[in-house]
Amino acid sequence: MSDAVTDAGQTGQPVLELRDFRVTFPTHFGDVQAVRGVDVDVHKGEMLGVVGESGSGKSVTFLGLMGLLGKNARIEGSAKAGGIELVGMPPKLLNRVRGKQVAMIFQDPLSALNPVHRVGDQIVEMIQSHQDMSTKVAFERSVELLDRVGIPQPRDRASQYPHEFSGGMRQRVVIAMAIANDPDVLIADEPTTALDVTVQAQILDVLQRIRKEMGTAVVLITHDLGVIARVADRVQVMYAGRSAEKGDIGPIFDHPSHPYTRGLLASLPALGRERLTPIPGAPPNMLMPPSGCAFRARCPHAIDECALGLPDLEPFGDLETACIRAGELSLARSA
Amino acid sequence: MTDGSGLIAASGPNGAHPQQDGVTARGSADPIGEPVIEVNELVKVFPVRRSKGIRVTKRLVQAVSDVSLSIGSRETVGLVGESGSGKSTFGRCVLQLIEPSAGSVKYKGTELVGMTREQLRPLRRELQIVFQDPYASLDPRLTVGSAISEPLEIHKVKGDHGQKVKDLLDLVGLSPDHSSRYPHEFSGGQRQRIGIARALALDPTVIVLDEPVSALDVSIQAGVINLLEDLQDRLDLSYLFIAHDLSVVRHISDRVAVMYLGKLMEVGPAEELYTGAAHPYTQALLSAIPEPDPVIEREREHMTLVGDIPSPIDPPSGCRFRTRCPKAQPRCATEEPELIDRGFGHPIACHYPERLPEVMAGPVDFAKRSVS
Repeated sequence: MSDAVTDAGQTGQPVLELRDFRVTFPTHFGDVQAVRGVDVDVHKGEMLGVVGESGSGKSVTFLGLMGLLGKNARIEGSAKAGGIELVGMPPKLLNRVRGKQVAMIFQDPLSALNPVHRVGDQIVEMIQSHQDMSTKVAFERSVELLDRVGIPQPRDRASQYPHEFSGGMRQRVVIAMAIANDPDVLIADEPTTALDVTVQAQILDVLQRIRKEMGTAVVLITHDLGVIARVADRVQVMYAGRSAEKGDIGPIFDHPSHPYTRGLLASLPALGRERLTPIPGAPPNMLMPPSGCAFRARCPHAIDECALGLPDLEPFGDLETACIRAGELSLARSA
Repeated sequence: MTDGSGLIAASGPNGAHPQQDGVTARGSADPIGEPVIEVNELVKVFPVRRSKGIRVTKRLVQAVSDVSLSIGSRETVGLVGESGSGKSTFGRCVLQLIEPSAGSVKYKGTELVGMTREQLRPLRRELQIVFQDPYASLDPRLTVGSAISEPLEIHKVKGDHGQKVKDLLDLVGLSPDHSSRYPHEFSGGQRQRIGIARALALDPTVIVLDEPVSALDVSIQAGVINLLEDLQDRLDLSYLFIAHDLSVVRHISDRVAVMYLGKLMEVGPAEELYTGAAHPYTQALLSAIPEPDPVIEREREHMTLVGDIPSPIDPPSGCRFRTRCPKAQPRCATEEPELIDRGFGHPIACHYPERLPEVMAGPVDFAKRSVS
């Protein structure tokens, strides 16, 4: 699996490209600024890990670009899938993109399946909504897909209902449905959080196999740094609706530059670590995000200048870091 | 991932002697210090109704079958296993929140099973629980102060409750001024601290921690774990720490017990179990936890279990793990392996235990990593 670290094909046009992407929820108390200007590039066939705490905007970003946040959400900026702008696209047209170019799976597979239809028929419906294909052929294709995601006896299983599947098997069915139209990008939002570790390992293997065999780019949204370490090629760390840091998997874990990324890694239990180091405080309220760097209230290295402006991602060594002190902090550490 | 060596001798490595005749040489699986809780052959079955057409059959779910485990004074025992393994049911049976179907639970030598509610009540002060979900376990209409002082009132504790609440809030790292606020005003980590303060109100000796940090973000989780460790040192607490996150369990536990389908598979000192597990289930579980280090994570060999945990209504005969075990033999289906020391220094319920150093992950040693 070690080749995955290096062979991330980063050439050519990104299959998914977000620029200054913003999601705002107007409420009685004011605007909740869930996502505040995020840039994301997803390249063909890569596995991008998106990490962050709850409330960091990692899920909302991708739900927003898929048009799954409802009418209340205000979405601004640009999100292009295969060169097509998704922001502001009429729902009817967006339906053609969803599932075809970009597909998404969620934490709870049961909510994505219709309890009164056989799983095979649900996959057939998914195929036929995007492709002109006879039911017979589409059914054969659905059996093939179930087989591809590792469901034993796929032909028999295709005629069963969702409740007859275990949690891990349901998640496989949902993955089969998501890849039915051979999307360029598969967005997986905490796909293994509700599953046991042994089943989680199986699902991660399935995602990894799809990425390799079909060349589908996978965006893996998770809070689990272990999962990221296992499968991701690149990582984007989010905090308070912004990108804190991004880069290849190796450097992010080996020498993170942003104090938040470092704090996250330092808070994990590890051997030889008698005492854990939590990040003090809690994430900010996005109704009134603090001025300047949102992490400064919890940051051990914050100075007055941190309050002055929103830090942008700047190239820093082999990473891109949104911290005005990244340079001097790194010098101080290596000294 | 079968290693092909189906004939792993029943002897351990380096010619260690296996105990075959059921002589339980518990050795290092014994609790550290005097046992505070002694559980013996605990069984819990739940009746379930299953209907097939119009025929309704009553069947039994074996949630916990024949589990013996002790907890020493000031000791933390980690209990791990997949969902459906019976670990939470076991925790609740220890506290008599669920009445065990059979077996014995002794607290400081006193038998709890069979006691009436009245007899149990004074003992409940010393046996407490902290739940997983800090959102569901606090009454949204009670102020934090009343939530924490409620146990004091129920048990008619004399003294200044207001002061006690302030002391408790201070103890768990919250401001004493917070006692007049409501749960919704707190974050997840703070609520879990409130839950802990409430459990501590009656000066307990044993606390069952049922997934206490699973719902928290990693940066917050570390603070709660530190707090639990500090409280144990200051208040001489014994913990039964139930969790599925094995890296947290390793960090906090003195001993770890691995449960599968209601049975204990392996019990031993935490470090010994993590570095030298000999039960294939423990090995698979450890192999499945992703290490937060891409270099180690991609170099190590993963042992992926196939399938899901079987239904506890109809558990497999013999060894309960055999249906998913990569090295199951015909003997495993007929003869149930006892939880005994088989020459590895701690008890293992497997006919063919074996250490597999190459499957075990090298733990992340942050001290050794170069900072470039």
